[in-house]
This record gives sequence, C-alpha cells and structure tokens, in this order.
Amino acid sequence: MRTSSREFTLRRERTLAGALRVLRDEPGTVPLAGCTDVYVALQFGQTPGTRYLDLTPLAALRKITTSGDRLVIGALASYTDLQRSRLVRTRLPMLVEAAHTVGGAQIQHRGTVGGNLANASPAGDTLPVFAVSGAEVVLQGVDGERRVPFTSFYTGYRQSVRRPDELITAVEVPAVEGRQWFRKVGTRAAQAISKVVLAGVRAGSPALALGSVGPTVVRLPRTEALLASGSPIETALDALRAEISPIDDVRSTADYRRDVAANLVREFWARTA
Amino acid sequence: MKFTLNGSPRDLDAHPMRRLLDVLREDCGLTGSKEGCGEGECGACTVLVDGLPVVSCLIPVAQVEGGDVVTIEGLPGDHPLQLAIMREVGSQCGICTPGVVLSALALVDAERKPTLAKVRDALAGNLCRCTGYEAIHRAVLAAHAEKHPR
Amino acid sequence: MRTVGTNVARKEGMARATGAALFADDLKFPGMLHGRTVRTGTARGRLTGYKLGFDVAGFTVVDHRDIPGENVIALIERDQPCLVAEEIRHFAEPVLLLAHEDRDTLFAAPVQLHEEASPALLDPEQSQHVFKHILIEKGNLTRGLERADLVIEGTYSTGAQEHVYIEPNGVIAVPEAGGMALYGSMQCPYYVLKALKALLGNAAGTLRVVQTETGGGFGGKEEYPSVIASHACLLALKSGRPVKIIYDRIEDMVATTKRHPSIVRHRTGVTREGRLTAMEVDVLMDGGAYCTLSPVVLSRGVIHSAGPYRCANTRIEGRVVMTNTPPNGAFRGFGAPQTQFAMEVHMDRIAEQLGMDPATLRLRNALKPGDTTATGQKLGPDSSAVEVLRDAMKRSGFRRKRAKLAGTGRGIGLSLFFHGAGFTGSGEVMLGSRAGLETTPAGVRILVANTEIGQGTRTMLAQIVAEALGVPYEQVEVAQPDTSVVPDSGPTVASRTCMVVGGLLERCAKRMLAQLAGASPAEHHENLGRLHVEEQYQAPEGRQWSDKTYRGDAYATYSWGCDVAEVELDPVTHEARVTKFLAVQEFGRPIHPAMAQGQIEGASAQGIGWALLEDVVMRDGRMANPQLTNYVIPTTLDTPPMEVVMLENLYAGGPFGAKGVGEMPIDGPAPAVVNAIRHAGLDVRAIPATPERLMLAPKLAAHPEGAAR
Repeated sequence: MRTSSREFTLRRERTLAGALRVLRDEPGTVPLAGCTDVYVALQFGQTPGTRYLDLTPLAALRKITTSGDRLVIGALASYTDLQRSRLVRTRLPMLVEAAHTVGGAQIQHRGTVGGNLANASPAGDTLPVFAVSGAEVVLQGVDGERRVPFTSFYTGYRQSVRRPDELITAVEVPAVEGRQWFRKVGTRAAQAISKVVLAGVRAGSPALALGSVGPTVVRLPRTEALLASGSPIETALDALRAEISPIDDVRSTADYRRDVAANLVREFWARTA
Repeated sequence: MKFTLNGSPRDLDAHPMRRLLDVLREDCGLTGSKEGCGEGECGACTVLVDGLPVVSCLIPVAQVEGGDVVTIEGLPGDHPLQLAIMREVGSQCGICTPGVVLSALALVDAERKPTLAKVRDALAGNLCRCTGYEAIHRAVLAAHAEKHPR
Repeated sequence: MRTVGTNVARKEGMARATGAALFADDLKFPGMLHGRTVRTGTARGRLTGYKLGFDVAGFTVVDHRDIPGENVIALIERDQPCLVAEEIRHFAEPVLLLAHEDRDTLFAAPVQLHEEASPALLDPEQSQHVFKHILIEKGNLTRGLERADLVIEGTYSTGAQEHVYIEPNGVIAVPEAGGMALYGSMQCPYYVLKALKALLGNAAGTLRVVQTETGGGFGGKEEYPSVIASHACLLALKSGRPVKIIYDRIEDMVATTKRHPSIVRHRTGVTREGRLTAMEVDVLMDGGAYCTLSPVVLSRGVIHSAGPYRCANTRIEGRVVMTNTPPNGAFRGFGAPQTQFAMEVHMDRIAEQLGMDPATLRLRNALKPGDTTATGQKLGPDSSAVEVLRDAMKRSGFRRKRAKLAGTGRGIGLSLFFHGAGFTGSGEVMLGSRAGLETTPAGVRILVANTEIGQGTRTMLAQIVAEALGVPYEQVEVAQPDTSVVPDSGPTVASRTCMVVGGLLERCAKRMLAQLAGASPAEHHENLGRLHVEEQYQAPEGRQWSDKTYRGDAYATYSWGCDVAEVELDPVTHEARVTKFLAVQEFGRPIHPAMAQGQIEGASAQGIGWALLEDVVMRDGRMANPQLTNYVIPTTLDTPPMEVVMLENLYAGGPFGAKGVGEMPIDGPAPAVVNAIRHAGLDVRAIPATPERLMLAPKLAAHPEGAAR
C-alpha cells in the first residue's frame, strides 16, 4: 500500500450517538464501512484523512425494514444484503440488479449503500436507482436527524450536502409505481466501473437517471417531460444528448457515453412499453 | 484484538488499520493469500470472513475483531475442490488458486448442483491469466459431483 | 509403462492448492531490507541531480556511480543502462535505489529528481532510430503483381499488451559466503546471471541465480527480471544484507515491458480464382526506448507475416524503432500475433473482394508438405495447415453459419496460423543448450535451467524422462533451477522447452539407459555410485539458414492452428461478445493433454482480451491506466465457452513426436474475433476493438460469398 497507515488512528464506537460525537469533536475524521473505496485510495497513495471512524460495530444501521409503505435501507447494508433481502427484491428489483453489477462477489459482500452514497462518485451504481425512485437520504448528526431528497443530495463532483459531522444512516424509498429498469455498461462484463449507467421507472410519467455522464448522477428532466407528453422517442433522445455532459477519461470517451446513454434510454423505452 | 483464525482463537497486537492481508502474511505467517493488485480487482487475496469471500487487501484488521477468518491454510488440504483444481489443471502457475478455491468453496459445499453460469458468477472477482477459466469451471463442477455423489 | 500422453499428477503436488507454494514475496531472510526504485518523471531529457529529503541513517542509497562493473543491462545490445547517469530516454527509467528495513519508512522517504525535459519522440512512424531492419525476398514481386487479377491493399495495427501475470515482478538478493544469490520470479535464470556478471564483475563474488515459484510469465519475465535483479543486487552489495524488491501492480504496469505495438501494411496480388500471386508486407514495430529483444521480436514477426500460405513472390520488410516509452519486450507469440493478425484480417478482406468465402480462399492457398515458406523453407510432412482448417470448418459448421448468421448482428470468423517452434534460424546453435540427468537414491533428477511458470515444465520433462528411461514417473524429480546446480539449457521461451530441452533430456535418458545396463537408476546409485549424463544441442542435419538474407530453414518445425470465433454485436453498447470459440491445433502431440489444453485455453483468453478489452492508454509516454481497474483483462464473464481439438502429427525431431504449444494459440484468437466482427458488419483493422472504436467502425454491406469451392 503506497500510503502508510501507521500514523493513522481508527476509532470504533459501539453506539451511533458515540460515533456522531466523534465526528463533531474531531473534524476531519473519515467514516469507514466496507472500505472498498477508501482502501483503494490508500493503495494508490492518496490520504483521505489521518483519523478514521469504523462504523461497522453499528449493527442497527445494517437493517433493511419498512416504515409504513416506505422501504428503509440501513446505510451499512451490503450489496449482498440488498440482493438477499426479500423486501428489496419485491419492492426495488432495480436495486438488486444494480447491487449485482457492482463488482465481483467479494466486493458485493463488503461494499455498502452508505459507502456508495458517501463516496459520491458519479459512477456509483446504486445512485441512479435512488435518483428515480423518490428516495430520501437520512442524515444524522449530534443534534438530530434530517432528510434530504436524493435528487438534492449531490451539489457537484464528489460533493454532497452531508456535513462532515453527519452520517448517512439510511435511504428511504417510497413505493415505486411502474416498471423498474436498470442497465450498467462497464469496461467488461464483470468487476467493472461503469462507463454509463441507467435506472428508469416507466409509469405515467417516466423517471430516468444516468451515472457517469456528468459530475454527479443526473435526472433527465427535459427528456422525461418530452416522453411524458408523448413526444417521439428520437426527439426525446435529442434532448437527452443535450442535457448530459460526459467526458473523455482513461476508460471511455464523451462521444461513446453520449451515444450509449441515448441507446440505453431508447432500449428502456422500447422494453418497458 | 481477538478473532478466530482457521478455527483457532488468536489475540494479535496489530495497528487497527493495517490491511488484513498484511497481518495474515506478516504477523501470522500465512502467505497463502497473495497480493496481486492491492485494489480489490484480482481476488488473489481472497479469504473468508464470517463465511463470505472477501478481498483482504481492502479490510482493516480491526474489522475482523470477534469474527471468523478462514484462509487457504484453514482448509484440510484434501478438500474435493483442492484435489479437483489440481487434477483438472485448473491451477497452472498457482498464484490465483487459493483465492479461487475460497471463492468457489460455498458452491461446492452446498447441496444444490451449481450451473456453469453460477460458477462463472461466483468467480467473476477472481482473475486468472493462465487458464482462460475453462479448467477452473471443470474443477468446480467435478468437485461438487464428488462431494455430493448421487 | 506409459506416462507420455497421460494426465499424470503434476510434480508440484498439492502445494498450489494449499497455500504452501512459496513465491518471491513469501520468502524472508534474516536481516532482510526492502528495496525501492526511484524513477524519472519525464519521457526524455537530462538528469541534472537529485536531492534526498530525509536523514539517510538506516538507508542504503545507490546511484549509477555505485555500479562496480558496467552500467548496463546486458542482453542483445548493451544500450540500456541499469541506472540513469544523465540521459533520460523514457518515463519511469530507474535512477536511484533505496533500501531500508521498514517498508513504510522506505516508501515515505521524499526524493526529488532534477530533470530537464526535452521533446519526446512518441510516434514510431516518425522515428529514424532503427533497432533492426529485415528484408526477406522470394521470387519476383513485380512479376507476381502483374500476374494478379486484383491487387488488394490494407493497413492493420495492434496495440501494446500488458502481461498481467497475477504475481508482479519480485526478487530477493542475498549475500552469502563467497558471493551473492538472487532468488526471484523469472523465466530465464541464465539471462539474469549474464546480466549480473556484466553489472557486478567480481565485486559480489560468485553469483548464482535461483528461480522461485513464479506466478505467471508470458514473456514478461523473460528479460525484465535482469533489471529488477540488478537493482536488488546493487543494494545487497552496498548494504551487505539481503534485499527484497517487489513491485506493486502500478509500478509493474508502468515500468516493465509490454507487447510491441505494430503497424503492418499489405499489398497482395491474387487471381480471380483466389490464388495468391504476390505478397508485399511492411512491418513496423515500436520497440520503446531501448533495444531489449526487439530484433528477435521483429524477426519472428516478419517470418510469420506472410501467414501459412503458398506464394511464389513475396517481399517482406520490417523495422523495429525507438520511441521514448518504456522498452517493450517479450510477450507470448513474440511478434507473430501482430503480423498474423494483419495477415488474417487481410485474407478476409481479399475473400470479400473476390466474392469468395474466407475458408475457401485459405484452402486454396494453405501451405502443404513440399511447399516453401516466405523464407524458402521447404515443408515436410509435419505440416497441417489444411488439416486444421478442414477440421475447424467441419466442427464449426463454418460455411453453413456464414450464410445463416449474415445480417443478424452476429458473425462467425476464422483464422489460420502457424508458429515456429524453438529459436529462429541459427538461434538454437548459438544457445548451445545443455541438459543433464543424474541418478539419485530414489531414481533420477533432471538438471535444466528451464522454469515452471504454470505451463507444466517440471511435469512434462519428467514424463519424457520417465518414459525414455522406463522408470515410474514418481521416480523422476526436477532440480530447482539454480545456476550453480543446473547447466544452461537455454531460456524458457520460444515454445522450445518441450521440443528442444525435452529432446535433449530424451537423449540423456537413452544414454543413461545404455550405461545402466539393466540396473534401475536407484540401484546403480546405491551400488555403483552417481551416474551423470549431459547432452548438448546439435542442429539437425541439412538445415540451412542465412542471417544475412533471412532465407532458409527458419525453424526446425512449425505448429499449426485454426481458430473459429462466433461473436454477437450489442447494438446498444457497441460491445462485441465472443459467444463461442473453437481452437483446432496441431503441435505434434501433447505430452500431458490436460496441460496442453490449458495452454490453448489460457492463450485463447489472452488473445481475446488483446482483441477486445486490453487497451494500454499512453499519455506523454507514460501509461495512464496502470491499475487493474482501468486496464481490464477478461473475467469469467468475459470468456466464451471454448472447444479445443488437438490433432496429432508426430514430429520426428521432437521427443515422442512433440513440437511446441506454449505460444501458438495466442496467434489466432484476435483475427478470428475481428473476422467474426467483420462478418457481423463492421470493418475493423485495429485492435483493441473496444466498444468506443466499434462505435466508429465503418459498416460493411453484406456481400455474397460465392459457391466457389
């Protein structure tokens, strides 16, 4: 590992309240869950921080339950937990799809929903799913809880409204009406970072979200509006190409991402008709 | 910190953020888990934690406190999958073999016969550069058949 | 009792499946230090100095002035320095070596290199610095072109490829009484020894090189280990302590050798019936900053560049040139995958223009016994181009599928290829390999420098000796390749280990058998003492080769292959997926069928990865994607189901009729896949054919493939 962890400290708190106090009292503390992002960063010589807080003792945050008709997914639920959960399989099958494409089995057993959200990569595979499902991010700080609509959670590249002294404790998803759809295009068939990733819900008014085509996961309001009002699909796709801003990087090109994003939405539209 | 390693209780004094892979290799002398990439891509460092295959290069050792860790050295040495993988030449250079065995173990031990698709899926996080995977799949299916003769 | 041709248990036993097998990083020595290499940050320029931003107490620091012998990595040429003195010729060129007891302290120590950058030459087509030029001429090209009904031109290119052996490079240099030992992951202990001798002279005393369990090589540990070994030895010499250097994946990908990128141009004359009348081929390879093995890669590349085809008039010209990138080097296939990619895609384009099916075109021109190759080598009965082609056509239902899949977004394509076994031309004579056999209390021990790197060297050589001696396989052991113990039987490369070294051991066994006069080896050892036999390579009678004109018998024999790939194109993502793969190969006969099949399957996966997934992204002369996250090799979900057929055609010059199989299988997959993509409707002439490139590939109209048979 290129970054030595020898000078780092790791706190472990047995209660959520204790963990939140640490975040408030020791600014710069980096929360750790599955470590599938943070330890890769350390391997490559980055130093996200010198003080770390292990969240894994907070077993309560791993639960997947319901609250009324809302699905409540604890932030520490792993991708494997999502796939095994009868609640998730019946209510949010597109999330099961997403969880299965995150990486190989080893990554699925460790990576968490909270980590995917907090890592804030525009390529995060669960992010489009939450963006189209009316989800809410539940944040907790020492002073209490607040909820943020998922679509307001990200403000820029790797930036969210989560304050450094807050933890994501859950994502709540109301009942989703309509057909759910998910497709990820990676650099290969498995164990791949997404080049473009789409989640969609086909109801009266379609909901679409794409990852890896801009600095954050994005909804597609103009595209959705055109589709909802009965525009031909190709007209809507013209709007789509204009409302995303993909880039060239070592994995892919802007042109490819733009082209494939449109293809993915066309496929969604045809297959969910 | 205390945890169970290959069935025996261990009490180690290690910096909590050291990678489980390094603690196993350096402090416990168990070099069967390998570092192929350090980024969780190749699976050569796969171990079982609480029964699930995970990549030990991305785990701070503190997180296995109270847990159950199994490395390749924790297998009997003549588990049907270990025998099959050598016999079917599902191991050529051998560097990926410990990780492959641990990732496929649950499939072999489970009663239900795995489909080839399930085998591929279980091993999608284990890179092998030598075999092209065909002999590994053959070995997993053969091992299952031996373990659960009809 | 027969062992050859059976799937005996491998000599390694269960060690690989239990974690007991010890690779370089698993080894520890008392007092061992860790080593680190400080590398240049620019692709071209001058090093004007450096600054150590740390207290050197506890550190060993080595720069070029510490080199007691020659500052060189001795190989074919002596142009590559071990450590930069002043001139910088590529990014990540080694400058300084540091060692310390504690890895974290070692890697945290800040070092500043002072470099003056100058413009780097990165485009091989612009480079005038030629490492090697080769011209091969046969017949009369001009007349051949005049006789053609059609002349078809094409340019084809292949990208670099990174080996991605799952075990990165690693060595440990250990001072010992009277000298120094170097343990490590490698294919060629005697190459390393030669390099260390040039670098150290007598300063470290008697040198010996020992191969440890090696986690994959594929050519990436053929010549590169001389570099990392040199570094470890310099640190061990200066500190007086063992020094271990293990690269992490990033360093390994950035700094070590890759497959030579290539651009190959074809101009081919053909009659309306599809007979080749003239072939003009131009091969350009990018060698990177130093010569390394580029001349030999080019050599094999040009010799194979006209494919397994009969043509009376050929002109092949090749150059391998310098660019300011990390030096390229050996990679399975060694030039032949690059040039045969071009040939095979070109053949399909020729078929297209003739309105002929690609299999028929190949049948019409495939080399047969009695034909001569591009170097004028007359082929004997050990030639199976037609047999592998016919078998593959039949098994795959090729013609039927060509018709059935046309226009469906799916495609089927084939490639026909061959691969010379052993070193080119006079290479084996120059090597003068020696192999030994000695009795032991339990049986016999094989003494060779050839290494087990996954391909089954120990097992296969033991089978040959067991059968030749008439002793049980279990009684044959194989000495660990330690240059103080084993003779120089040559490198483990060039698909030579079985045919050449196995052949030497077969002769050793026969001579020992005669000397045993009826006793078993163990009996002789017990009653009469140790018996030791050694044999040296002798060129077969009647072989002729000219290094000057590149004419004659380029190889002792060739192996032959035909691959058929089926692909489907995803119209949404532009991905090409290989859904089915057939490899029909003739390499004499397999000594261990399951291991041979493993070579074919593994090499096929590597070839498919090279064709579709593996993209070395270079920016300003450095690899921009040196992590396994971003340089992607196939996973279990990226490889197709494979059918492997091994046809037999016993070769008289090989042990029990065997030739070589380690490399040939990687020559075929990429063109078979690209030809299948072609059939599915996209014109691809460069690999990797990533989805981004497939999106931009020109579409092909479906064309009739006549009933011409």
